[in-house]
Amino acid sequence: MTSVVSTRALTKRYGSVAAVDGVDLDIQEGDLFALLGPNGSGKSTTFRMLLGLVYATSGEIQLLGHSMPSAASRTLPHVGSLIEGPAFYPHHSGRANLTLLDASSGNGRRTRRARVREALERVRLDAGRLPYRAYSTGMKQRLGLAAALLRPRRLLILDEPTNGLDPSGTREMRDLLLQLQRSGTTILVSSHLLTEIELICTRAAILSEGRLVAQSKVQDLLSTSQSVIVVTHDIADAINAVGSIPGVSVLEQTPDGLVLDLNGAEASEVNASLVSAGVGVREFSLKRERLEDVFLRLTGA
Amino acid sequence: MFAVELKKMLLRPRTWVIIALLAGLPVLVAVLLRVTGIGPRPGEGPAFLAQVLGNGALFPAAALALILPIFLPIAVSVVAGESIAGENSLGTLRYLLVLPVGRTKLLIAKLMTVTVFVFMAVFIVAVVAYVVGASLFGIKPLPGVSGAAIAAEDATWRTVVTVIYVAVSMLGVAAAALLFSTFTDSPLAAVFGALAVLVTSQVLDLLEAGRAVHPYLLTHYWLAFIDLFRFPVLWRDVVRGFLLQGVYIALLLGAAWANFTTKDITS
Ligand SMILES: Nc1ncnc2c1ncn2[C@@H]1O[C@H](COP(=O)(O)OP(=O)(O)OP(=O)(O)O)[C@@H](O)[C@H]1O
Ligand SMILES: [Mg+2]
Repeated sequence: MTSVVSTRALTKRYGSVAAVDGVDLDIQEGDLFALLGPNGSGKSTTFRMLLGLVYATSGEIQLLGHSMPSAASRTLPHVGSLIEGPAFYPHHSGRANLTLLDASSGNGRRTRRARVREALERVRLDAGRLPYRAYSTGMKQRLGLAAALLRPRRLLILDEPTNGLDPSGTREMRDLLLQLQRSGTTILVSSHLLTEIELICTRAAILSEGRLVAQSKVQDLLSTSQSVIVVTHDIADAINAVGSIPGVSVLEQTPDGLVLDLNGAEASEVNASLVSAGVGVREFSLKRERLEDVFLRLTGA
Repeated sequence: MFAVELKKMLLRPRTWVIIALLAGLPVLVAVLLRVTGIGPRPGEGPAFLAQVLGNGALFPAAALALILPIFLPIAVSVVAGESIAGENSLGTLRYLLVLPVGRTKLLIAKLMTVTVFVFMAVFIVAVVAYVVGASLFGIKPLPGVSGAAIAAEDATWRTVVTVIYVAVSMLGVAAAALLFSTFTDSPLAAVFGALAVLVTSQVLDLLEAGRAVHPYLLTHYWLAFIDLFRFPVLWRDVVRGFLLQGVYIALLLGAAWANFTTKDITS
């Protein structure tokens, strides 16, 4: 596995505020990597530093094996990006805007029309000659994505790409990202739609107030779950029985049962203890933690 | 990159509206002069205007003298001040930079585009003024400002040098606007910054108390092209004007480059 993005102690200060504080990111080839965090936690600032728009106060960045921002001219042609929303010339159509961008990037002139057409088809945007300023939020977002896909990319950096997309647009975005990932593109994405992220991402990192509080496979983040749901009629008996199992405690009482904190105990043994204490256990299951729960727990919200 | 920037500038309706307004003012003045037959008394009013009634060959120079102090520098400030700040406020700057277009390269492309605009504007105003001057007042040999007659052919090269001189004079303002343009993401603020420099320079130039700094003021030699129409040509101030603009352009652009290549793009 080769490292596509790696940062060491990446830090950005604005005055006395550290927007990003000692972040070590590690994104491998083929990852669909989510950078998560509450508002103002430093996601966009991190992306801007990766792309050479904002200069880091300290720390190192390796992008596609080269040091940034000094190797920007070598690495950035292979990187497509969407940074805090799309931005285009309002009086030009989407097609004209992409054509201008393509010309500015010095791509071959002869294949320009075809490239622009393909990029627009890829994001399913067909707005004809309508000027950009007349686009809806979702159309703007799609055009931004089309610009990121103007040429084959090794890495995509997408800051909240689903912003403003309707449910079918969100689903199309999900499918597009998966398809791009399958074709070998590494994707770094930030989003507040945690259910979407949970569905598609392979790895995730969570920022809180500029610091990295977690970075691992999405599965591993989720399997730190330590609670079980017990469905039973004998709630009082169950509470008594739980009291006699060392470590285990009641997290929550629901109309049809309890949620227990296992606190390291083996689930099957807890189940056996309940049954042998005469509790009528109708259902006993590990509580699947959602990414949202992990997120809220780790970011202290 | 320069080609794309040039195309963006040339395709903008704004560019042509500004140039049309710049050329329109002298045309309006010429028509008024022709209809009323009342010119400023010799030695008064805008340069050359008194002589234009008798000779249209002087009208291009007169037209440039008309728009030079205020109208033209405002137009140049608007175009140059908007160049980086406008992209910044739209957010398109960040997408240009990650293409990637190097920051130095982008700045040079913007500068070249503004330069083309300046030369284009001055040239078009001069051509329009020539046509209007010729048709309303007729072309005669130049009497020259000092009175002795000069051959008619001489007006051509003097006018060409005037066009170049006026354009280069505007490049100092353009460089100032470009510098401010790298500091702010509000195009209006950048334009205002350049105009503040301009007004300050013109006010100081009028004050007797500012005598010591006069030769170093951005606007001090702007009207020196009048000397091109003397007989013989008085080159001293024109040459100083060229050199002074060169120094201003180098300093202002150096500062613009130093700022733009090191600043965070957070728009
Ligand atoms: N130009 C700036 N000057 C000062 N502070 C800034 C600047 N840009 C960002 N910040 C601060 O840096 C912190 C991180 O901002 P950033 O935009 O990276 O957050 P984010 O994670 O992208 O948030 P969101 O989810 O709302 O997009 C915030 O506290 C913000 O106020
Ligand atoms: Mg953000």
